[in-house]
Amino acid sequence: MTSRDAQIVSLRNQIASCEVQLQRLRDQLLEAENDRDISSRDTSGQISLGLGEIAPESLPAEASEGSSHQQNGDKVVKLWPLDKHEYRRYGRQLIMPEIGLTGQLRLKSSSVLVVGAGGLGCPAAAYLAGAGVGMIGLIDGDTVEESNLHRQILHSTERVAMPKVDSAIASLRSLNPTVKYIPYHTRLTAEIALDIFEKYDVILDCTDTPASRYLISDACVLSQKPLVSASALRTDGQLMVLNNPPLPPGHAQGGPCYRCVFPKPPPAASVVSCGDGGILGPVVGTMGVLQALETIKIIAKGIQRYSDFDSTYLQKGLPSGNSVPDPHRLSEPPSLLLFSAFSNPPFRSIRLRTRKAKCSACSAQTTVTREALKSGSLDYVQFCGAVSPVDALAATERVSVEEYSRIRDGSIPAEDTKTMPTEHILVDVREKVQFELCNLDGSMNIPYSIVARSSSSESGKPSSQAPSEDDWVAQLRTLANDKPIYVVCRLGNDSQLAVRKMKEMGLDSGGTRWIGDIRNGLRAWMKRIDPDFPEY
Amino acid sequence: MSAASTEDVVPITVEFSGGLEMLFSNERKHKLSIAAKDESGLNSNVAFLVRYLCDNLMKDPRKDLFVLDGTVCVVPEHVLSPALTIQRRPGILVLINDADWELEGEDKYEIQKGDNILFVSTLHGG
Ligand SMILES: [Zn+2]
Repeated sequence: MTSRDAQIVSLRNQIASCEVQLQRLRDQLLEAENDRDISSRDTSGQISLGLGEIAPESLPAEASEGSSHQQNGDKVVKLWPLDKHEYRRYGRQLIMPEIGLTGQLRLKSSSVLVVGAGGLGCPAAAYLAGAGVGMIGLIDGDTVEESNLHRQILHSTERVAMPKVDSAIASLRSLNPTVKYIPYHTRLTAEIALDIFEKYDVILDCTDTPASRYLISDACVLSQKPLVSASALRTDGQLMVLNNPPLPPGHAQGGPCYRCVFPKPPPAASVVSCGDGGILGPVVGTMGVLQALETIKIIAKGIQRYSDFDSTYLQKGLPSGNSVPDPHRLSEPPSLLLFSAFSNPPFRSIRLRTRKAKCSACSAQTTVTREALKSGSLDYVQFCGAVSPVDALAATERVSVEEYSRIRDGSIPAEDTKTMPTEHILVDVREKVQFELCNLDGSMNIPYSIVARSSSSESGKPSSQAPSEDDWVAQLRTLANDKPIYVVCRLGNDSQLAVRKMKEMGLDSGGTRWIGDIRNGLRAWMKRIDPDFPEY
Repeated sequence: MSAASTEDVVPITVEFSGGLEMLFSNERKHKLSIAAKDESGLNSNVAFLVRYLCDNLMKDPRKDLFVLDGTVCVVPEHVLSPALTIQRRPGILVLINDADWELEGEDKYEIQKGDNILFVSTLHGG
């Protein structure tokens, strides 16, 4: 370790310990401020409108009017429903009819759980904290990585390696210290989901796997919470408000759940992560901001609860005589918002179905029960099909980066070419834009998407097929067909599949030409051979 | 196409989103004219359209990434039995004029002139 490295480590440690200290001071400040607020209220005999203590429905009428008067000594003190600083802080949204005093009080007394403190969760939580939601829970088991920072706006360079939840809360607290923040340093599991969800009014799905999306939806149905769900990949985003109104399973008037819309998970092989497919910061950011917006709309309108519906309404689908729900409070019909950053127009709203009569989660025939969820007998990962690591090749079809490095510098001969040691073809199957980022000298680029798209002869008759062979196949065939082909990709998965495909296309000249891949790809090359090779 | 044949075809717009466009030459929007009647003389429906897309528009051989029952796409004999239902692949929504196809009769929906049929794959990133 150089002295510069040592200095960097030491600085990192100092910053981390300062962050911890800062956090402690902020906590103490908040506590002191809360104590002061409570004691000033106690002395004036004021009713407490503390965080999450009073449901919006039960607010005393005069509190909403802001006109209660109290005798304090011989002076008449006018009591206001919000603290003085809250009028200032939320003034710009308070003067909007969509929020107003009632909406602000509902926000203040509400609690929101944000599952996932990543590209969606960061902007969503930021706007919810800014708007004055009383309590925000954040759940995430990951730590901050440098590759998160272009989109996960609550984290920062100094906080790389810190738990995401702590990093996010540190930012949120400096944004709005009056909100109560609850950290959960864990991945959401079926066993704990219901106990946590129970404490909140609205749940935000800001996660990134199909398994967590089904789990969150099921837990929302069982705990009767509205769910604001979003996702994003590359330049596209999707947003749905589900289970709203959050009626118990079997009530047709309740909003559809994730399973109503997607009864079965997609094939695991078709699921692409942001790490593999890429993601543009403002695209996922837009979706997170929209989640915050939908959440604010739901809360400010007043969350519809089971008690808002009586049996007449539930049976006939009509508001009943004595408790006609305010039309503004009726949930909007279920829809899916599609965002496509590079299309025109970029936004598009799709009408979705209502609850599915045979849904396995929200219908009367539900098989997703509290007991099943809590006992962990519902295996979400298995339901969605785990993607097993690719293991398509035999050991003799693979070389390590060390072996390949020696082949490159000529210290050992390439397979089957004893005469011309360094004569070989290196095919990089990453997509073109990744290849252009960085590549090994002398490699040729044939993106896996093109390799996969090529149809090898359907029934194993290599010669008689396609009149026009794909360009890349023809190129490799004519390119000295005795030279061995080494295939490389980023991590060593696509390279294996590409080798398979090349052999199916007959590029191994009936087994006389060696074709194989470089184990663990360019990531391993960077780690073990050339530390200067860019990692992305 | 000739003017005489315009009676027999239905002009429509087909769109792909959420990554499905990659299976269709990376084009999100396709303006197509499909036959007004299917092989057995019935009005062309969504099931017919999906077969048409697999056979004519989809260059990618990975048909299973688009429809669940891949045999509908690749085996010509099956094209001649329109009674076969098309199942959407899990994770794909089919939207007819901006509404879930489940609101419109699913694969039995009869294609109208000017319809917009959108195929959306779910995203999971965040
Ligand atoms: Zn459902």
